[in-house]
Amino acid sequence: MSWNRLRRKAVNAAMLTLTAFCTLFAAGTLLFILGYLFVHGARSLSWDFFTKLPAPVGETGGGMANAIVGSAKLLLLAMVLGVPVGFLGGVYLAEFGGPGFCFAVRYTADLLNGVPSIVMGIFVFTLVVLKQHHFSTLAGGVALGIMMIPIAIRSSEEFLRAVPPALREGAMALGASKARAIWTVVIPAAKAGIITGIMLNLARVAGETAPLLFTALSNRFWSRGWSEPTASLPVMIFNYSVAPYEDWHQQAWSAGFVLLSLILAVNIAGRLILSKRGTVLR
Amino acid sequence: MQAPIRDPGSAAAFASPGLPGETKPVAHGAPAKLSATNLNFYYGKFQALHGISMEVYEKHVTAFIGPSGCGKSTFLRTLNRMNETVRHSRVEGEIRLDGQNIFDLDVNDVRRRVGMVFQKSNPFPKSIFDNVAYGPRINGFGSRSAIRDCVEQSLRRAALWDEVKDKLHQSAYGLSGGQQQRLCIARALAVNPEVLLLDEPCSALDPIATAKIEDLIFQLKDSCTIVIVTHNMQQAARVADYTGFFLMGRLIEFDSTTVIFKTPSKKETEDYVTGRFG
Repeated sequence: MSWNRLRRKAVNAAMLTLTAFCTLFAAGTLLFILGYLFVHGARSLSWDFFTKLPAPVGETGGGMANAIVGSAKLLLLAMVLGVPVGFLGGVYLAEFGGPGFCFAVRYTADLLNGVPSIVMGIFVFTLVVLKQHHFSTLAGGVALGIMMIPIAIRSSEEFLRAVPPALREGAMALGASKARAIWTVVIPAAKAGIITGIMLNLARVAGETAPLLFTALSNRFWSRGWSEPTASLPVMIFNYSVAPYEDWHQQAWSAGFVLLSLILAVNIAGRLILSKRGTVLR
Repeated sequence: MQAPIRDPGSAAAFASPGLPGETKPVAHGAPAKLSATNLNFYYGKFQALHGISMEVYEKHVTAFIGPSGCGKSTFLRTLNRMNETVRHSRVEGEIRLDGQNIFDLDVNDVRRRVGMVFQKSNPFPKSIFDNVAYGPRINGFGSRSAIRDCVEQSLRRAALWDEVKDKLHQSAYGLSGGQQQRLCIARALAVNPEVLLLDEPCSALDPIATAKIEDLIFQLKDSCTIVIVTHNMQQAARVADYTGFFLMGRLIEFDSTTVIFKTPSKKETEDYVTGRFG
């Protein structure tokens, strides 16, 4: 073998090893987190965790029922705010907006998406909490909802744009107005993608902690209605893991495990819907 | 227009040679369904059509031929105002549908009355039934049973009923290319258009599927006025009663198909139909 060929082979082997190692590292990190959470979290997971309130300080036991319900309420509010605004904004961008305006909105949405979540928390703190003079579920939902908007806009827009223009033309050639064609043909064709986008988006904000520290705060009891502070899984994980009690650390592990399982389930469901869509729409 | 009705298929009916330098008069046996006068069309600054004037005769087949980019598809898409969806487009002149200027009518009405089938079949990602029922539904045609009847009748008119009657509720994407194109024709027929525009409907189809579509055109012209754009000159010669030859945005010659293919009056037409260029 010539020197050149040897060198080529050596470089090839080195680069291949390096790329493979990096891939393994990325995948391994996720697997490690999953495994570690499973080992620590599942161990102390009990029925109590899902049904009981946190135990008073100094006592062991108790659960995080209020945080699970609180997270659900926060996400519901976030969806009520973020999905319509994001979806309809996406429809406008994909179907009606002029190129200049669309560029501006898209750019803004991308910037908004890059804003650190803690800044978003402070923003809503000023906007809602200071006005109301107390922390609330409402404020937390608003913070998460605002965080959903940029991705909801962009993903709705992308999936609507992916619908072939020929379908719009086909509908309009049958006497459908543009709005009618969008409502009856384009949106149904993009529906699976849009729903998936929303689910992945929801899974992303479900794990947000920083914006909730300034808005929903936390609560060791049930939060009635929408105007009281509420517990949520991410904030509970934060509070419990920095507390000096071993029992709380255990509970934080369990909360982390439950939260991650929920997010993972939503993610996987979303991707399944998306891959099924591929076979329906060419 | 007062001329006595004559069989448009016989060459003798088109004895009138037409004055050199004019695209009219054409001997015809039917009233004009559509007539364009001095039509100019612009994509931004580019003028795609230059002063097109012609008539499309009722219940006959009119074909547009010409090399790529000659404006024949653009002209076809002006006839049902589909071109207006293109950003920065502009149209001048007028097109009359039964004597009414289509630019004064409601655009959705025009498109319902002047149906269109596209080059590439574009069924909706819905069931076969829902594809055909789409037009009747959005136009508010009657009850569920009326729509069901309309779907069956349209699929029969498009010669597709026997092939799909057992799978009406399956996805339209399960059909072959030729079937999908006939489904699109059925979908267009379901709103009872007075004119059907076909934009190179066979360009993506194999010869057998093409033959089926051509048979269909023959059957449909009893009930519908048909305008077809085609790249395939043999196809124009087979299906069309009248043919217009387009070149660089101009209608060079318009006459009965027999005249266009046998005794064209323009040098450009002769060169094109004999295959000397294009």
